[in-house]
Amino acid sequence: MSARAAAAVALRVLSQLRRDPRTVALLVGVPSVLIVLLHELFAGREEVFQHVGGPLLGLFPFVSMFVVTSVTMLRERTTGTLERLMTMPLAKLDLLTGYGAAFAAMAAIQVSLVSVIAFVLLDLHSDGPVLAVVVLAIGNAVLGMALGLFASAFASTEFQAVQFMPAIVLPQMLLCGLFVARSEMADWLRVLSALLPLTYAYDALARAIADEFDRRFALDVCVVLGSTLLALLLGAVTLRRRTD
Amino acid sequence: MEAGAGIVIDSLRVTRNGTPVFEGLSLAVEPGIVTGLLGPNGGGKSTLMRSIVGVQRIAGGTITVLGRPAGSPPLRRRVAYVTQAPSIYGDLTVRENLRFFSRILGAPAGRIEASLDAVDLLEVSERVVNRLSGGQRARVSLATALLGEPELLVLDEPTVGLDPLLRRDLWSTFRVLAEEGRTVLVSSHVMDEAERCDRLLLLREGRLLASGEPGELLSRTGAVDLDSAFLSLIEEEQS
Repeated sequence: MSARAAAAVALRVLSQLRRDPRTVALLVGVPSVLIVLLHELFAGREEVFQHVGGPLLGLFPFVSMFVVTSVTMLRERTTGTLERLMTMPLAKLDLLTGYGAAFAAMAAIQVSLVSVIAFVLLDLHSDGPVLAVVVLAIGNAVLGMALGLFASAFASTEFQAVQFMPAIVLPQMLLCGLFVARSEMADWLRVLSALLPLTYAYDALARAIADEFDRRFALDVCVVLGSTLLALLLGAVTLRRRTD
Repeated sequence: MEAGAGIVIDSLRVTRNGTPVFEGLSLAVEPGIVTGLLGPNGGGKSTLMRSIVGVQRIAGGTITVLGRPAGSPPLRRRVAYVTQAPSIYGDLTVRENLRFFSRILGAPAGRIEASLDAVDLLEVSERVVNRLSGGQRARVSLATALLGEPELLVLDEPTVGLDPLLRRDLWSTFRVLAEEGRTVLVSSHVMDEAERCDRLLLLREGRLLASGEPGELLSRTGAVDLDSAFLSLIEEEQS
């Protein structure tokens, strides 16, 4: 484990993003446009926007970082740079930490800008501190990154990697409780949603916005952290020094 | 050969996708000279190199690199590997690529300039790799291998597609590196490059067809050039 190597990886990922301003613009611009769209869509029903806007804001980084990471890591696997790194004095944990730090930084920029639009310009309201929403959103970015890293091992082309987004991310979005409250779901859907990490990420966001930092909130945060660690561990297993 | 130098391979067995590539390959690579790994494509050159640097899963046998089992962690600072396809980041500049890899290796900053100079890339160092020609990209990949001052260099067809002048320069770079006492293993499928090596390993269909100095192989086969020497060795083996 070396902080120097992890920092080198993080800086490299960030300079790759910097060389791709269109991706950065999309990362920040798309959620901004979507939140404005959502606001306009529920123009006459302010309570719906108030209910959905905050948690959605915190879930955007999960989706974006999942896609960006799975494609970046897939490139690393297919262009041979991963193999080269595996012959170098770089611990797998440093590689994962570097990726995590870079995408968490990107998520911080993304969420901060979208938060300004939502909370300042669109009058989105939060009983709890907005900073809590931002911090949870960064955590969700790292969860998305960890899952994306793991998913990239099962893709051999960028087309496949991108298709993992609807396959892994969309069902979690549908079942997390954002669109239909979990208490109104059929039993089997509720059981299924209890198995998905995004359910806890959503619940934590909803509680932070309602200023309910209770025991259930703590449990939510623990489950999200645990899932992130598990996904990172699974991701690390797919990073093999020796391959066929 | 003194202990702890070069490469010693004993009864190596490797299987890829269910097909055996090596079934008991044994050979040695000495330090201080340029060893050429020659043979047709598909003969196992890249698989052998991947095995030496420890990224190929092996089915049996031993590979001792600089006195240690291939792929063991202390070797990661002492061995440099250049893959056939340039393994660098296309969306970064030449210098950004080298800076990243030198941070991973913990190489002193001055090594970046020296490596760029060795492969004649100083002039394009601020260019994004994707905008470079194929030959320039191959040189960026090669420059990366020179960063850490490795004791063993494993170079998989590093001169493919480069102009003759640059190829000559690179081969003299390899020679200088070898004369400093390093172990240099370079693969090629072009026979005219074989003459630039001190020692040759001819690999065909996963077997070591012959090994020795170029002159020695010529006199053994009575051939006029290495191409025909290789041919008569194949015929000799088949009869």
